[in-house]
This record gives sequence, structure tokens and C-alpha cells, in this order.
Amino acid sequence: MGWVQLLLEPLGYAFMVRGLLAVMLVGVVCAAVGTYMVLRGMAFFGDALAHAILPGVAVGYLAGGGVQGSLFWWALAAAVLTSIGIGALSRATRLKEDTAIGIVFAGMFALGIALISTVRSYSVDLVHFLFGDVLGVSDSDLLWMGLFGGVIVLTVLLFYKEFLVLSFDSTLATTLRLPTRFFEYLLLVLIAVAIVVSLKTVGVTLMVAMLITPAATASLLSRRLPVLMVLAAGIGAASGVIGLYLSFYVNVASGSAIVLTCTAVFALTWLGRTLQRARRDRAPRPVASA
Amino acid sequence: MTQYLHKLLPQAAVHQPQTPLVDIRDLSLRYDGRWALDGISFQIRGGERIAVVGPNGAGKSTLFKVIAGVLTPTSGSVAIAGGGPSRHICIAYVQQRAQVDWGFPVSVADVVMMGRIRQLGLLRWPRPADWELAHQALGVVGLAGLAQRQIGELSGGQQQRMFIARALAQEAELMLLDEPLTGLDTPSQEAIFDILDELKARHVTVLVAMHDLRLAAEQFDQVMLLNRRLIGFGLPEQVFTPGHLAEAYGGHLHQFGPGDDLLALSDTCCEEGS
Repeated sequence: MGWVQLLLEPLGYAFMVRGLLAVMLVGVVCAAVGTYMVLRGMAFFGDALAHAILPGVAVGYLAGGGVQGSLFWWALAAAVLTSIGIGALSRATRLKEDTAIGIVFAGMFALGIALISTVRSYSVDLVHFLFGDVLGVSDSDLLWMGLFGGVIVLTVLLFYKEFLVLSFDSTLATTLRLPTRFFEYLLLVLIAVAIVVSLKTVGVTLMVAMLITPAATASLLSRRLPVLMVLAAGIGAASGVIGLYLSFYVNVASGSAIVLTCTAVFALTWLGRTLQRARRDRAPRPVASA
Repeated sequence: MTQYLHKLLPQAAVHQPQTPLVDIRDLSLRYDGRWALDGISFQIRGGERIAVVGPNGAGKSTLFKVIAGVLTPTSGSVAIAGGGPSRHICIAYVQQRAQVDWGFPVSVADVVMMGRIRQLGLLRWPRPADWELAHQALGVVGLAGLAQRQIGELSGGQQQRMFIARALAQEAELMLLDEPLTGLDTPSQEAIFDILDELKARHVTVLVAMHDLRLAAEQFDQVMLLNRRLIGFGLPEQVFTPGHLAEAYGGHLHQFGPGDDLLALSDTCCEEGS
């Protein structure tokens, strides 16, 4: 079988085409918010938020009888509630934020599993929620994902300079009298929406990789934010496509194949940078002219 | 939509003429269960250059953040040109360099442009005139050639000057510089003082938190001695008296020389050159 045929054969299946579109979309959307999460050190928050939407997914699943639209809204409600709840809890109790995150995240996750386990045949569906079901993406799923993904990318672009200032120097944002609280919450809501958009591809447990790993890889390659964001989107989308092809031929779970590809790209980039730096340091230095 | 966006950015406060630029009355601030600032009152007229000195933990940064409207006092009042600070966009607070993420993926010009985003307003990108202003600001601080550098590539003195350029791009009338001289060698410090002279010519009011009393006395019209309470504020020779210094620095004070010569002490800090 030639290379071209290797690449084309999966495209003969409609579920693969939808899956490929979905992972590319998720790569771009996760990069848009993930870049800020990497810059602001929000990896743990993102991981927790992804897990905490499970009860929302469960309620949507139990109430909607598998209708995707309702699942989407319930998950979104759970994510927004959790992100606002974490902030409120750490302020009200003077707990450190990561402690508040840990409490809310584990509690919500357990609630989600408890709810889903009330259904007798829960294990298959639970696995899909936990690890994704990218080959089960339907046309209407794609439509939802495209719509909300578009809103995320557009919002990040429209408020680019405000998010930039808030992330780099929140004191400056305050002295410029920007509505900092509004933008903080807006970013949390955008992360929540991105997680729900990505739910089908990698599931809640591996979500953090789609948010963080491509952006982290890009941060090794560029010191300019716009370039970094575009690189992260490209790396995320490409990792999704490569991972999905791998899962098609090697026959491993698609979500894990995508995440492993992201991780491999990060590892290779890091290795490349390290070797490049080592070679540069070893090279004889030109004598400085006075 | 547009109407709602306007609500997000209320009109900036207008300065009342005939009022002091900074008017602080009986200001106290409680932080983490102790008084970080206690019963402070003073007034500053526009165009002055003031050194704020005191030991570590004296509340210099806290005072600056209260003036900038970042922290809210527990009691007392702060007025900037006749109104509360929270609606003024003419105040620039430059934080200590150690608190900045120098790996952040932005260029020098990007950082200076951050000072203009309030003037730009929401949903607008910088226009050529804004970039022109940013580059002019960089020219004033002598960084015109480094506009495209990543911020981590700058030396300490250049980093400090970049933030002053950002304050210029913000068109700030009141600049609060938090320990800008710390960690700088003497030539870099002199470059900062040259820029402070230029700011004075532009009638910008500057407060500088610092540790070096000799530099404070030599380079500033007025000095403020702070240790949670305001110990003295005025001409250096009136403020830096042995009594005041003992009150501010307590056990860290070692007086040399005879009589009431204004002299040395070993501060709890710093790498500031001497």
C-alpha cells in the first residue's frame, strides 16, 4: 500500500472524516484558551474543570436519553458553575486556590460517576465520557462544536489586548481601570466552553493534554504571543489528525492516541531545542570586537 | 452591544484644578491581621519628585498601591486631583522587577503598547499613531533600537526604562516606581535619573521607593520617611535627622561620624549600588 493510499483510505469512512474535522477544530479551539492557561499557570485548574463537568454530562445523559444537544448545555452549566464556584470558595474560606480546586473537582467528579452508575449499562457510556469517542461524532455534534468553537476563537481575538494585559500585569489592568473581574470570569467561561466543545474527542480525563500540551510545545518555539497561539493551534490540530490516523491503523483508543501524539511532539520539540542549544554552546564563540 | 461595552469602561475622572495632585488623610490599611499603614496624611503638588524610603516591610509598595487605587484603605481617604483614585487612568504603578514574568512572550514594543489600551478602548487595535507614540516613548528612555526584543533579553536597567516608557505611553501624570534602582549598577542608575529629569521637565510627578538614603538626599527635592507610619516628609536635611532615622530603622541603624551629620546606616536591603 502506498503512502497516498494509506492517507486516503480512512477518508472513505464518514465517521473518520467527521472525526478528523472534530480533532482539527478541537486543536484550534483548545490552543486559543490553552495558550493563556500555560502563560498563567492554570493547568491544574483546567484538569479539574474538565473532570468537574462530569455530573453535568451525566444529568444530560440521564434526562436527555442520549440527545447530544441537551448534554452539551448541561455540561456547560456544570463547567461554568464549577469555575465560578472555585473562585467563590477560595475567597469565602480563605483557602488557597488549589485546595479549593481539589475539593470541588473531586466532589463533582465523584457525583458524576455516581449518577452515571445508576444506569445498569453504564460502563460503555462512562468510558466514552471519560476517554472520548471521537469516531462517534455526529453531524449535529460537529455543528455545535463549530458554533461554540467559533465563538471562543472570536472572543479571544476581540479581547486580545485585554487578556494580554490581564495575564502579563494584572496591576496595570487595574490602574487602567479595565473591568478585570469581568475578563477573569470571561476567560474561565471560555475555558469551560472549550472543554465542553472538546468533550467528544478526548474525554474529560485526558482533556488537559489538549489544552496545555500543544501550547506548551509552542512556547518552546516562539517568544511572540500571536505566533505562539498560531503554532499551538497548528500543533494541536496536526497532533489530532496524526493521532487519529494512528488509532485507525494501530488500533488503539483514539483519545489516547491523540494525546500520546501531543506528548510525543512536545518531547521531540524539547529534545530538538536542547540539542540545538547544546550545539550552539559548544560552537567556538566569535571574539568580541571592542 | 456597544452600549454595554461602554458600561464596562466608565469615563475617566476629570482633574479638579486648585486641588493637590495627591491628598491623603489619616490613611490606614490593615493587611493579614496587622497595620501595614497607620494614620498617614500628606499632600503632593503636581510636578514634584519624591523619594520614599524606609526599611523592608515599611509599607512603601502598599502605599503606592493605595495611591494607584489597586488596594482599598481600611480607613481614611485618598484623593487624586480632587477625586478617588479608582477612576483615574493617569496613574502608573511600576512594580518591582522581581515580580515580572520575564519569559512572557511579548516584545518591548508590545509592553509599551499595553499602556495605551485604555485610550484605544475595547475592540480596537493600535493604529499607526499609537505605535508612533509607543516608539516616541521608547526614544525618550533610550530604547528605540530594542523595540522588537523579547523582554527577557533586556538588562535590568533597560527593563526598568521600558516600564517608564509604558507609563509615558499611558500619558501618566503620576508615576509610582517601586524600587527601580534595586539591582542596577551605577551607570544604569544614572540613566534612570536622566529620565527622571526629563519627566520633571514634562511636569510628571514621580514617587520613587528606594533604599539608598544618600541617593535619596542627593537626587530628590523631597523625601518621605516611612515605617508603617509617616515619620517625616519634606527636604532631605529636615527629614533625615538621627532621631527620625532611629525611629524608622530601629536596630539596623548605625551612625557614624560626629554629631548630627547625616550619615550611614546598614539597611535590611539591598543590592542597590552605593
